[in-house]
Amino acid sequence: MNELLNEFLVESYENMDQYEGSLIELEKDPTSKKLVSAIFRTLHTVKGTCGFLGLSRLEAIAHAGENLLSLVRDGVVSFNQAIASALLATGDAVRAILAQLEKTETEGDLDYSELVALLVSLQKPAAEGAASVAESAHPTKAAPTEARAVPVEAEAVPVKAPVKAAPATKAPAADPKPESKAVKAPVEVPVEASAAKAQPTAKAPEGDSPSGSKASDSTVRVNVELLDRLMNLVGELVLTRNQIVQLTGSLESVPMQAACHRLNHITTELQDRMMKTRVQPIDALWSKLPRTVRDLAQLCGKQIRLETEGAETELDRTVIEAIKDPMTHLLRNSVDHGVESPEERRAAGKNPEGRILLRAFHAAGLVTIEIIDDGGGIKVERVKARALERNLITPEKAATMSQQEVVNLIFQAGFSTAEKVSNISGRGVGMDVVKTQIEKIGGMVDMSTEVGKSTTCRIKIPLTLAIIPVVIVGCRGDRFAIPQTNLLEVIRLDKNLMVETVHETPVVRLRGNLLPIVFLDSVLAIKTGEREETQHLVVLQAGDRHFGLVVDTIHEAEEIVVKPLGRALTAVSCFAGATILGDGHVALILDIFGLGSRAAMFQSTRAANAFEEEAKAQGVGTGALLNELLVFHVGGIRAAMPLDMVSRLEEFSREQIEEAAGRQVIQYGGSIMPLISLSRALGFDETKSSDGRVQTIVYARNGRAVGLVIDGVEEIVRGNIEVQPAGRRSGVLGSAVIGKQITELIDAQDLVRTHASDLFE
Amino acid sequence: MNKTRQLCTFVLEGQTFGIPVDCVLEVIRSLPLTHVPLAPEAVCGLINLRGQIVTAIDLRRRLELGPLKEGKTARMNIIIRTSEGPLCFPIDEVGDVVDVEERLFEPVPETMTGTARKLIDSVCKLPGTLLLVLKGDYAELAGI
Repeated sequence: MNELLNEFLVESYENMDQYEGSLIELEKDPTSKKLVSAIFRTLHTVKGTCGFLGLSRLEAIAHAGENLLSLVRDGVVSFNQAIASALLATGDAVRAILAQLEKTETEGDLDYSELVALLVSLQKPAAEGAASVAESAHPTKAAPTEARAVPVEAEAVPVKAPVKAAPATKAPAADPKPESKAVKAPVEVPVEASAAKAQPTAKAPEGDSPSGSKASDSTVRVNVELLDRLMNLVGELVLTRNQIVQLTGSLESVPMQAACHRLNHITTELQDRMMKTRVQPIDALWSKLPRTVRDLAQLCGKQIRLETEGAETELDRTVIEAIKDPMTHLLRNSVDHGVESPEERRAAGKNPEGRILLRAFHAAGLVTIEIIDDGGGIKVERVKARALERNLITPEKAATMSQQEVVNLIFQAGFSTAEKVSNISGRGVGMDVVKTQIEKIGGMVDMSTEVGKSTTCRIKIPLTLAIIPVVIVGCRGDRFAIPQTNLLEVIRLDKNLMVETVHETPVVRLRGNLLPIVFLDSVLAIKTGEREETQHLVVLQAGDRHFGLVVDTIHEAEEIVVKPLGRALTAVSCFAGATILGDGHVALILDIFGLGSRAAMFQSTRAANAFEEEAKAQGVGTGALLNELLVFHVGGIRAAMPLDMVSRLEEFSREQIEEAAGRQVIQYGGSIMPLISLSRALGFDETKSSDGRVQTIVYARNGRAVGLVIDGVEEIVRGNIEVQPAGRRSGVLGSAVIGKQITELIDAQDLVRTHASDLFE
Repeated sequence: MNKTRQLCTFVLEGQTFGIPVDCVLEVIRSLPLTHVPLAPEAVCGLINLRGQIVTAIDLRRRLELGPLKEGKTARMNIIIRTSEGPLCFPIDEVGDVVDVEERLFEPVPETMTGTARKLIDSVCKLPGTLLLVLKGDYAELAGI
């Protein structure tokens, strides 16, 4: 894309964020001239560049908005709800065009004449004197209400053309009153953006007005890739430094030692500073939320004020990205279910305007974010009743649960208390998804409530995802990193703690409880190297599941820099990435969730294999050898597949399906996964679900995945199943009676061989 | 004057291969390789290239050349650039960079089969030897 256009897009997106934020603020404080000027300025900047790039459509919209704003600024039209909505709509229109520009490099052909007409009609003051109407005829030139400002503008106007910062700074300096800002706006804007930004720092005497200058005043835009690359190099520098320090330790040269010492210091500081380049204040995310809250509150007929505390709290940008969705969801939830309607609030003796507070702070190496609303609180009894109704808890358990425990039931899968599904938060994405998303990045979420008064949702997340604390473990000579967020304890296996088996499944007795365990070398199929004599047990937590991992040695605890694995390895779910250890060697980071599910799969396969061998030994043919099956329906029949052939079950929306090389594909986990319609493959008519969702079984072999489209999952069954070989039919192994119903057994391998042979040679 | 292409050559199991010079990031001495359990079989491990983790691909396996002889290790690594990130190949020996005239290139013989066919772009008729030119395609090279 054209460099100039690209720069314009980046800058304009940023400007529109600012524009929107200021507008929402202005709604709260409609008399603030400073805000109006700021809004005017941002829109004007966009418009100015539009003219330069020949974007007439965008320019027309921005121009109409700007006209209206100038009247507001000059006090000709007073700011109200209708104007706010129209101006926000203007912002949306500008964004839509920007998005179009980004995609096609043209402005698109959407018609915004209605919006422009609305903006023009709003320029007529509702019931103000003829005098002000007359004034509005030349809004920009019209003398601002304060006579004192006139000479200032007169002086400033000629400055417009020559792009020089100095005279412009002089103009406001002549008039230290805050109003001068309004006058300054038209002067400053035509100046090149960077120059305009640099100004506030230059004019110290005037810049003392609070919130006058922002952090962005002295910043440079840097590509994230470049930062990552620099990060790598700094990491490498640290390793080299370590080696040098080690080598020189034995030398007796004093100057050498001194130089080394300096190198040591500088490297440490460099690393420290480098880390800081990746952080952003959480405001980067929060600044977009007032709009969401405003729109939602209007939709639900509620009055809500959003307040923030600690917006400057810094977080790694990857973390900010990762909490964006859960955070928005929780906030929507607060607006929809937390805060009551104005009538209810009045009846309860509260301020009809509800309040939601977003608070962020650093504590104990984590960032805590709280979403606090002053609504009616969560009704504990209703939550309990719902949980019982959905069989999430037993009546015995319900009786003993604390209020806190009950409230947190709302994070369980299959729980949704909304009486009717609203189009706001009851979108089928439950709170359990929020919880999973937060836990995925090593965070925690919990809810507490005070009935009638408030609800607080507390999220604790790590500062960064790029650097995580881990424990390095050894297994048959290889080293692996285990994230400490997943780690509960480390125990030495000896005669006091021995591995026992429960029906082929190894377990240990840990303080009276049975803990399932997996051997790292068997899960990862490591056959090289030797097991050590003494082994250690690492107790891990993956979501709500606990399990023990047997490894050989426990090395040290370290803070490591997470590096992504190439695409060739993304299909291996056991690893979350890789890192470089102190000695320069690469170590893989274990993904405990992936490892856990692989271990579960592994055990069932092994049990199946053992069963198969047993069956063979007894001279039983292929009659019965499957012991865990996924039952589903497809094309009107009931079908089943051995569970160990199923990598995952996924649901997609029909729109996500794309067409590539004459085949339906879907973007899945960063790569392209072909889809096979199971009903068509088996010779049935294709059925389309009415809700636009597509259920698929992900079948993966040799790092390649294929999605088998089915109609819906029924159940998982265990036990010995008698298979009746059906005549040789492609893709079908035979049929069996499962749960008193005839069920076809699908031969996934055969299917994939027939329908996607090019992928699995 | 005839147009030429620059190829970086290397030797694997006695066979000479070439790869366009502009694809080659660097050639380095062998680095410690970290084995990746459960990886696709073409992946022989990961290396640390000055702080960047690069996937190493076993070209012998991809090209069906048979395993490395017992007790021998690859002495050199060639690192190439692809559209999806760098890849590293352990090789036996690195050769010269050669300028090859355009007319000496020929498409792969149609009778050639196996995975090698997908990896080899063309054949180059050098005096005394045939040079196989590799494609710099991440997915094909990594066998995914």
